[in-house]
Amino acid sequence: MAQTDIVQKFLDREGKGDLHTDHQVLNMGPSHPATHGTVKMVIELDSETIVDLDVQVGYLHRGFEKECESGTYYQAIPYTDRLNYNSAIIANLDYCQAVEKLIECEIPRRGQWVRVLASEISRMSDHLTRLGAACLELGAMTPFLYGIEARELNWDLQEMLCGARVTSNYIRIGGIQRDLPAGFESTCEETLREIERLLADFDRIVTRNRIFTDRFRGTGVMGKDRLIEFGVTGPLIRAAGVPYDVRKAEPYLVYDEVDFDIPVGTTSDNFDRFLVVQEEVNQSIRIIRQCLEVLSKTGGEPTDVDDPRVRWPAKDRVFGKMEELIQQFKGVTEGILVPAGEAYSAVESPNGELGFYIVSDGSGKPYKVRCRPPSFVNTAPLPEMVKGALLADIVPTFDMINMIGGECDR
Amino acid sequence: MSELLDQVRELLGELVEDSHEHVGDTTVLVAAERIVDAMRLLHDDPKLRFNLLVDLTAVDYLGREPRFEVVYHLSAIDVEPRGTEPSRLHRRLRVKAMVAEDPGEIDSIVSVYEAANWMEREAFDLYGVKFKGHPDLRRILLYEDFEGHPLRKDYPKEKRQPLVGPRN
Repeated sequence: MAQTDIVQKFLDREGKGDLHTDHQVLNMGPSHPATHGTVKMVIELDSETIVDLDVQVGYLHRGFEKECESGTYYQAIPYTDRLNYNSAIIANLDYCQAVEKLIECEIPRRGQWVRVLASEISRMSDHLTRLGAACLELGAMTPFLYGIEARELNWDLQEMLCGARVTSNYIRIGGIQRDLPAGFESTCEETLREIERLLADFDRIVTRNRIFTDRFRGTGVMGKDRLIEFGVTGPLIRAAGVPYDVRKAEPYLVYDEVDFDIPVGTTSDNFDRFLVVQEEVNQSIRIIRQCLEVLSKTGGEPTDVDDPRVRWPAKDRVFGKMEELIQQFKGVTEGILVPAGEAYSAVESPNGELGFYIVSDGSGKPYKVRCRPPSFVNTAPLPEMVKGALLADIVPTFDMINMIGGECDR
Repeated sequence: MSELLDQVRELLGELVEDSHEHVGDTTVLVAAERIVDAMRLLHDDPKLRFNLLVDLTAVDYLGREPRFEVVYHLSAIDVEPRGTEPSRLHRRLRVKAMVAEDPGEIDSIVSVYEAANWMEREAFDLYGVKFKGHPDLRRILLYEDFEGHPLRKDYPKEKRQPLVGPRN
């Protein structure tokens, strides 16, 4: 006997004609095991169907912009690490690019290649976290460990580059913290092979797994026109079939000399988003290999601009020459002086277009630093994506939006 | 003057109060009371078709009159893929509008760009600029009982907030 018949029988016996139902309001978060971000969702449910949803962000607001305004231009770089903590280098890069745009300086070619290499390592670790965490939050622990193992290897590379695993502080205004360490190229190539092996395992265990695909296929769908209205960029818009990627559309650094493809989806559901992100990891590996090839040939070339007003002089010169010592001292205490004006610079972050809008009044401190956070913009359409769907569909949709609290709330 | 600025000036006509080009960015200052008209024109124009509102924020120029500037960043990208080629980014534009401290209001552009919804809430939250006609103008990053608007230049960085108890 079906359950409804039992209920109907019960009601008939009780002498009531109808089972009275109410909508239920459910708080999901701010700390919830199935959302890898600190966010609260107030959900109105009709049984398990979502009637209305209010996403409340801001739990990780730390006053990033206010903090930047009170320090020198250099002092803001470590704060940018803490925006999207999975891909800190890309935030460093965009901030420094915006300042460099105001100063109108261009860094040497080797520096640009190192920046591309570092950005792609960073992008890979963000994507691997997203893929792994998406499985974890659906209850699959094993693929998560595959993804996180690959990310750990990635962070070993980052540690070799800049000494830190998460908060890199690697890109500096007018250059980079330091050139590649000795033996980096060979270690990197070994790590890439190991990551590829892990990715292949990950792919075999997840992508054709019925339990997994049933949760991802056909959920969280939103058409590309609507996504554009919401200002969404990144893998979400590419999964909807719009091949927009800042690296191709407005090439910065040496991206126009690198050979890579932009994966696009067709159905704009969570499964296509998953596949797009997976393929982007492969493309990042492809870009890193090309960078290594160029960098192994150009060893010894300068990576930083040779201008003490922008980039502090090298330590051997600081300790040996009076002028350089003074330059370093002034650079640290007053900060570099950026000409008055305003500039917006964009890069492709793992979540979409990351932008910095900086207003300078000509002093050593920024007048205004605005971060255009892709996570924040991409989270806004979440209610519309899941309205009318089941409560359980929030989890894969939220995973693929990949809201990073640090970046969304700043 | 660049071709883009010419086109924008021609399209917006008297709505443009000022414009400049600096380090490769094109900026137009439009009349605040006609901001929705200007945005509608930029969005709908078949030649310029700025389909993406990239960013919206405010800047506090304390001591200047009018005190606030609301800054919009627009871009025009290809939505329909052309074979296997990537989308092109055709142009970027920065639009600014001045808002006086009192009454501190400007029309909301949510009717033109849905993306403005959360961004306007954030600008309201952190700068106290009110957006008339916004469907749901609540604080977004801070909590309801927060006093003041922290990104205003006269808000001291060290200022403490009263403790707020749990709410049921």
